[in-house]
Amino acid sequence: MSSKNKTFVTAEPGKQEVIVTREFDAPRELVFKAHTDPDLYVQWLGPRGYEMVLDVFEPHSGGRYRYIHKDQNGNEFGFHGVFHEISEERMIQTFEFEGLPEAGHVTLDTMKLESLPGNRTRITIQSLFQSVTDRDGMVQAGMEHGMKEGYERLDEVLEKQ
Amino acid sequence: MARKPTTHDPFNAVAEPRRRQVLEALGTNELSVNELVQRLGWNQPMVSKHLGVLKQVGLVEERRVGRQRLYRVNGEMLKPIYDWVVPFESYWSERFNRLDKVLEEMEKER
Repeated sequence: MSSKNKTFVTAEPGKQEVIVTREFDAPRELVFKAHTDPDLYVQWLGPRGYEMVLDVFEPHSGGRYRYIHKDQNGNEFGFHGVFHEISEERMIQTFEFEGLPEAGHVTLDTMKLESLPGNRTRITIQSLFQSVTDRDGMVQAGMEHGMKEGYERLDEVLEKQ
Repeated sequence: MARKPTTHDPFNAVAEPRRRQVLEALGTNELSVNELVQRLGWNQPMVSKHLGVLKQVGLVEERRVGRQRLYRVNGEMLKPIYDWVVPFESYWSERFNRLDKVLEEMEKER
């Protein structure tokens, strides 16, 4: 089932940030809960085909988190960071992928949650990388996953030309 | 790996927000400069300036019809830009589509 709510990603050339925007047909308190309740969080966070394990999850300001995506071949991909601020208006956290060849490439992720009329919610995530190279590498290499669906959409775009 | 931008790089051309607005205004249509002036609400020299750059990198194509010049987006040239950002976008949209379902279930249980 594809959603009528589209995900918008902006990665302007030469900048260190990626902006992701999405609206949801649910009130803010529920969107917030889906981000902070561990049982709910594991249901949607991991990529398809991966088992999602919450190793550490302390969803409050100053808390830590670490989660692992496991694929069918037993490969594990770990991610961790700290929560700088957790509130219904804002979630600010650091994020590091443990599988990079070099440690210390951390992003600062700020998610804003806005209540919209009709019990809807808009979230805006700014991922701030340490360098343009880091950002481009993440956008290019890390996200092979959604490739197929992506190309189908590209085809549609190109067809309209 | 970072891309190495060149002056003829479509990435560089779309780095300027106004040029993206021109591409958005064109959309899937073929428009004259005057029509673009109306849609964008900018003056004609500014529209022509940005059109010029987009034409130079091949993102926009020009066609003469009688005395008019018409402009359209060249989808082929936009492809590298889509190739770059689309997988990332899919990753997020897939994740959020799953979150939609979780939220639906939560609404039912309230």
